[in-house]
Amino acid sequence: MMDTSNVPTGPRENPELEEISPPMTVVGPVAWLRANLFSSPFNTLLTILAVLFLAWVVPPFIRWAFIDATWTFPQEVIEGVRGPNRGDCTASGACWIFIQARIGQFLFGFYPADERWRVVLVFILTFGAVTGMLIERIPFKKQNAIFLFLILPILSFWLLLGGLGLEVVSTRLWGGFMLTLVIACVGIVLALPLGILLALGRRSDLPVVHLLSVMLIEFVRGVPLITVLFMANVMLPLFLPPGTTIDPLLRILVGFTVFTAAYLAEVVRGGLQAIGRGQYEGAASLGLGYWSMMRLIILPQALRISIPAIVNTINGAFMDTTLVAVVGLYDFLNIVRTGSRDANWIGTEIDGFVFCAAIYWICCYGMSRYSISLERKLDTGHKKR
Amino acid sequence: MSASATAQALPTEVQSTDVMISMTDVHKWYGQFHVLKNINLSVHKGERIVVCGPSGSGKSTMIRCVNRLEEHQRGKIAVDGIELTRDLKNIELVRREVGMVFQHFNLFPHLTVLENLTLAPVWVRKLPKKEAEDAAMHYLDRVRIPEQASKYPGQLSGGQQQRVAIARSLCMNPKVMLFDEPTSALDPEMIKEVLDVMIELARSGMTMICVTHEMGFARTVANRVLFMDRGEIIEQNEPEAFFNNPQSERTKLFLSQILHH
Ligand SMILES: Nc1ncnc2c1ncn2[C@@H]1O[C@H](COP(=O)(O)OP(=O)(O)OP(=O)(O)O)[C@@H](O)[C@H]1O
Ligand SMILES: [Mg+2]
Repeated sequence: MMDTSNVPTGPRENPELEEISPPMTVVGPVAWLRANLFSSPFNTLLTILAVLFLAWVVPPFIRWAFIDATWTFPQEVIEGVRGPNRGDCTASGACWIFIQARIGQFLFGFYPADERWRVVLVFILTFGAVTGMLIERIPFKKQNAIFLFLILPILSFWLLLGGLGLEVVSTRLWGGFMLTLVIACVGIVLALPLGILLALGRRSDLPVVHLLSVMLIEFVRGVPLITVLFMANVMLPLFLPPGTTIDPLLRILVGFTVFTAAYLAEVVRGGLQAIGRGQYEGAASLGLGYWSMMRLIILPQALRISIPAIVNTINGAFMDTTLVAVVGLYDFLNIVRTGSRDANWIGTEIDGFVFCAAIYWICCYGMSRYSISLERKLDTGHKKR
Repeated sequence: MSASATAQALPTEVQSTDVMISMTDVHKWYGQFHVLKNINLSVHKGERIVVCGPSGSGKSTMIRCVNRLEEHQRGKIAVDGIELTRDLKNIELVRREVGMVFQHFNLFPHLTVLENLTLAPVWVRKLPKKEAEDAAMHYLDRVRIPEQASKYPGQLSGGQQQRVAIARSLCMNPKVMLFDEPTSALDPEMIKEVLDVMIELARSGMTMICVTHEMGFARTVANRVLFMDRGEIIEQNEPEAFFNNPQSERTKLFLSQILHH
């Protein structure tokens, strides 16, 4: 065969050339290090600084949190001779027995100990149903959705509050991680549809709908959550007929939901703006009315684009639940802080904070991982019109 | 122009006397700009109209008024006896009967081809899913891409996407099909496959209005060719007469520009 390797131009007709695999890229850890960490002087400098920083921070933390930490109660406490206190943490590291001693309160607040199984049951049911929804391989999605969105809310309401044969537990006794989850879940589950409606309202041609949506969104976004919570706490009762009382937790839920919805509305509006006119026209030309068009064509695409921003907002809302402390509710963070102010446990603030941070981090990291996998799953690839 | 010019021309006389689309004294303004001026057009059942004219002359605006993607401000438009007014019910009724194919396909990228096709039959016509799917496969067959049913639009070529768009409209069993420059966003080698599908559709007796600059297609398929300029219908005639013996100066100028380059 003729040697054509020196011929610089012209179409190649050698069929064997089609078989060549892509050029080999660097392999092995050393090559990887060189390519990624030491590719330029600046990169090398950054790598060294990062390593120094980690060396400065990580080992002391590990020593504090694990090696020098106190994990077990002293013998007298186990035998029930006396209660535990900060003095039992004789090692120089973290005092984890503080968490162990108070864990019931941190998780359930002042919910009566004998009734806590109800909270656990609600949690297990919710967790199971949500997992069933999120994991694609698990069948019975339809039944699951009916359970999750219709049956479970009613069931949970009954289990948590009591009545009809169960001991009534006032919401004033709710607290800790349970309260945080209740506020976050109820708030977010209600805020998402409300936010979508507000976003659609803001883009509506109907002047009244448009104006009301804009006013609500802009008002709520213009004031801090604390203000909204105070206002919900103080002002909601004023709208009700005199003599009726409204549960403090319910007031907070209303404020929190509206606040989160306003932010979600703006996020969803961003997604809606990214959908071209052609999609609306394509749907309209097939005879789809407004609601079918939104539900089947526009929102699925707009929400898909907005997933990262929606998850970001939800994460933020989850953290913001700590602000309910300002109206006197004992959410997770507040109850841990209160615990370390106890005379027996003076000096456990840091331990409490680290514990809280770890729990919040696990929740939020889980959410963001799921959102990433969801985005991948929904990516039908390729350019869209 | 395209290869379809060689196909056997369809007869130009119209069989039916039923009026499918009637536009009388239709005007439209964008702000102060008068886009449509005194449009009078009636399209009979089974008639195939090709609309041509320079860019910005209002061709798209006119056919988009027929399914109310644009609102006219004066005059009367009726489709199959249903008048288009502010009444949303009427608008949705008309849109069920009128299929539209766009320059940029406007397929739904988050749905598979099959889902694109069954969506409107299921949600608008309330057909059972199975029936809608059978119909969809039938139309995919007719546009010659049954094997693409489970792909997403983003995975198809432009010509294939446009054929899916045609099939999607056909799944609604429309009485009229509107085409707005269906081939002008396509690479040359894909134009023919789309035009062939349209010719085939014309043969089956579909009432059609096509905005296109494919003059070969116009000669083969049209009963009537319309020339628009600056918002007016300047001239209309049977294709032979229209191309060989244009009356107005503007038509002659337009034809000379479009045919000789
Ligand atoms: N939404 C709008 N607002 C204002 N002017 C518009 C709008 N849509 C179209 N126009 C104007 O109306 C005129 C007619 O537009 P139309 O799209 O109907 O033209 P066309 O004949 O389809 O042209 P083309 O061959 O380029 O598609 C153009 O001058 C255009 O600039
Ligand atoms: Mg146009």
